[in-house]
Amino acid sequence: MAAVKYIPREKLPEWLKALAAQSRVLVPVEEGGSVVFRQYDPARAPVFGSDATAPPKGAVFPACQELFSYAYGKEGEDNAPTLKLDPKTEAQPTVVFGSKPCGARGFLIFDRVYMGKKFPDPYYIAAREATVFVTMACATVENTCFCHWVGSGPADAAGSDVLLTPVEGGYTVEAVSEKGAKFLDNPALTDGAAKAAEAEAVKKASRDALGEAPDIASSPAALLSLFDDMEFWRDQSDKCVSCGACTYLCPTCYCFSITDEGTGTAGRRMRSWDACMHFQFTLEASGHNPRPTKAHRLKNRVGHKFSYYPTLHDGLIACCGCGRCVKSCPVSVDIREIVQNAVAKAKG
Amino acid sequence: MTDPFNPYLPEVATILETVQETHNIKTFRVRFDDEAKMKAFTFEPGQVGQLSAPGIGESTFVINSPPTRMDYLQFSVMRAGEVTAKLHTLTAGDKVGVRAPLGNSFPVADMKGKDIVFVGGGIGMAPLRTLFLYMLDNRADFGKIRLLYGARSPQDMAFSAELPEWTGRSDIETTLTIDREAEGWQHKVGLIPNVLLEMAPAADNCVAITCGPPIMIKFTLEALKKLGFADEQIVTTLEKRMKCGIGICGRCNIGTSYVCVDGPVYTYAQLKQLPNEL
Repeated sequence: MAAVKYIPREKLPEWLKALAAQSRVLVPVEEGGSVVFRQYDPARAPVFGSDATAPPKGAVFPACQELFSYAYGKEGEDNAPTLKLDPKTEAQPTVVFGSKPCGARGFLIFDRVYMGKKFPDPYYIAAREATVFVTMACATVENTCFCHWVGSGPADAAGSDVLLTPVEGGYTVEAVSEKGAKFLDNPALTDGAAKAAEAEAVKKASRDALGEAPDIASSPAALLSLFDDMEFWRDQSDKCVSCGACTYLCPTCYCFSITDEGTGTAGRRMRSWDACMHFQFTLEASGHNPRPTKAHRLKNRVGHKFSYYPTLHDGLIACCGCGRCVKSCPVSVDIREIVQNAVAKAKG
Repeated sequence: MTDPFNPYLPEVATILETVQETHNIKTFRVRFDDEAKMKAFTFEPGQVGQLSAPGIGESTFVINSPPTRMDYLQFSVMRAGEVTAKLHTLTAGDKVGVRAPLGNSFPVADMKGKDIVFVGGGIGMAPLRTLFLYMLDNRADFGKIRLLYGARSPQDMAFSAELPEWTGRSDIETTLTIDREAEGWQHKVGLIPNVLLEMAPAADNCVAITCGPPIMIKFTLEALKKLGFADEQIVTTLEKRMKCGIGICGRCNIGTSYVCVDGPVYTYAQLKQLPNEL
C-alpha cells in the first residue's frame, strides 16, 4: 500500500492544471441546474461536494460515437462500385477527476461485458485504458444512496485509480492502481500520514450514515420466479412514463443502438446510448414486440441488474447503488422498493 | 502490427447474383472482396451474419448456404423494414457489408446417425436450407431425411428453382404444401402441422428441426408432441431485434440468454428453461 498523500484545497487547481496539460480532464461542474462532467476550465469551479446529476459514463462510453465512416464510389473504366470503411477506435488520454465511487464503479459492470473473451470491444477497451479515475470518497450521503446494498460503499475504490477523501482543509490522496500511482507525482501533493486517521474517520462516518442494508441476496431467484407475474410488474411500473431518464443517468446501463447517418454516398455508422425503457428497443420489423408494455420493460431493467447479470457474472449486481434513477425519476419509481417487493413477494 | 479484431467492422463484399424468390423475398449471393479472408472464412450450419447496407443499417440473417459450398455466402431477405427495403434495391456488382459468423449453430454432431425431419414455413425455410444442404452433402452421416416445406401459395414459395431437385431425389423425401388450392399445384394442400401429422414421422431416433412464423411453430410443436417427439428432439431457431450481434447491446436477451450469441438455435427443451419472453 502506497503512502497516503495530502493536498490542501487551494492547491487543487495547480494539480488539475498540471493534469490538464497532459490529458483531457473531466470534472463535475454546474450547468443548467445539473452537475455534469465537463472538460476542466480553471474559470469554472468544480463541484465536489454533491454527487453529479449524471455520472462520468460518457468519458469511456460516449453518448454518441463513430464506429466507422463509409464511402461509396466508382472505379475503373466500367465504373465498378466501391465501398470503403474506415474505423476509428483511438481514444484520447482522459482523467475523470472528482467522480464519486459509484460513478467509477459502473465501469466494472461494463468491463465484464465489453472486455469479454469472445468479442472484446476495441472502442471501449481503448477508451477504458486511456482513462484514469481520480475518485472522491463521499463525506456525506443522500437519502437516495444505496451503494451499501450492492457490495459497494462511500469510499469504494473498485474501478478507480486514485481515491481522494475530503478532510479538514483539503484531501487525502491514495493510489489505488499502478496507473493511479503515477498521478501522485506532483509537487502540490505532500505527505499525508498525519491526515490518514481523519480520512479513515470520514469514510467510516459516511458508511455508518447509510445504516444497515436489507438482505437482497435472493434477488436473482426472486425476480426470475416473478417473471410471469405480470400483475406484480404492472403494479411496480404503474407510474413509469417510459422516459428512460433512469437508463441515461445510470452508471451501469450499457445498452446501445447502432445507426447510420450520411448524405448520399458517404457517412458514418454511429453507436449511441439506448434505453430498454423505450417501446422501440425490442420492436421487430414484423411489428411483433417481445416487451410490448412498460411493465415488460421495467421487468427487464430490474431483472437484468438484479438477476440476469449477477447470474452470468459471479453474483455481481449490475447496479452501483448511486440512486440517480431514484432521484431523477419524474414520477418517483424507486428500484430499491421494486427489488425489496420482489424479494418479499417471492418469499410468499 | 495488425489492428485488434473489430467485431463492428463489416467485411466489404460484392453481390455476385440475386434471385427474386417471391414478391417479398430476395436472395443475395456474396463474396468478400478480400479473397484471403473469404478463403479463410468458416462457419457452422445455423450461424448468422449481419448484412449491411452502409448508410441505411444492418440486419441479421442466417447464412443459408451450407459450409460445404463456399463459392459464395447466401442470404435470403424478406422485405419488412428499412434495411431490407434498401437491400432489395441492390443487384449484382453492388457492395454490401457482412459481419459473420455470429451466433451458435445446429447441433450437427448430435444429429449424426439419426433420422431427420425438417419442417419449414415461409421464410423459415432459409435457416433450414443451410443444414438441409449440409446433410445432403454429407448424406451418409444421417438416416432418413424428410423435408416438409410449406408456404401460403405457390408464389410465396422461396427456393423454387431448387424444388424440382429436392422433390426428385430418391434419397430424401420432400413434401411441399400450400395453405389453399391453387391452379396447377401438384403437391399437398393443407396447413403444415396437419400435413406433418399425416406424414407421421416416427419419433424414434429422429430429430425434428423447425422454423417459421410463430403461429406455425406453435402448432408444429403441438403436432410433434402428438407424434411422440421429446423436447430434446425438437430444434428451432429464434429471431429477435438485434444490433451488435455480439451479446453486448442488450436487446435480444431472454433472461440470461442472448439470442445473438447463445442462439439463435435452441432445442425445445432449452426454450422451456428460458423465461417466457418470445
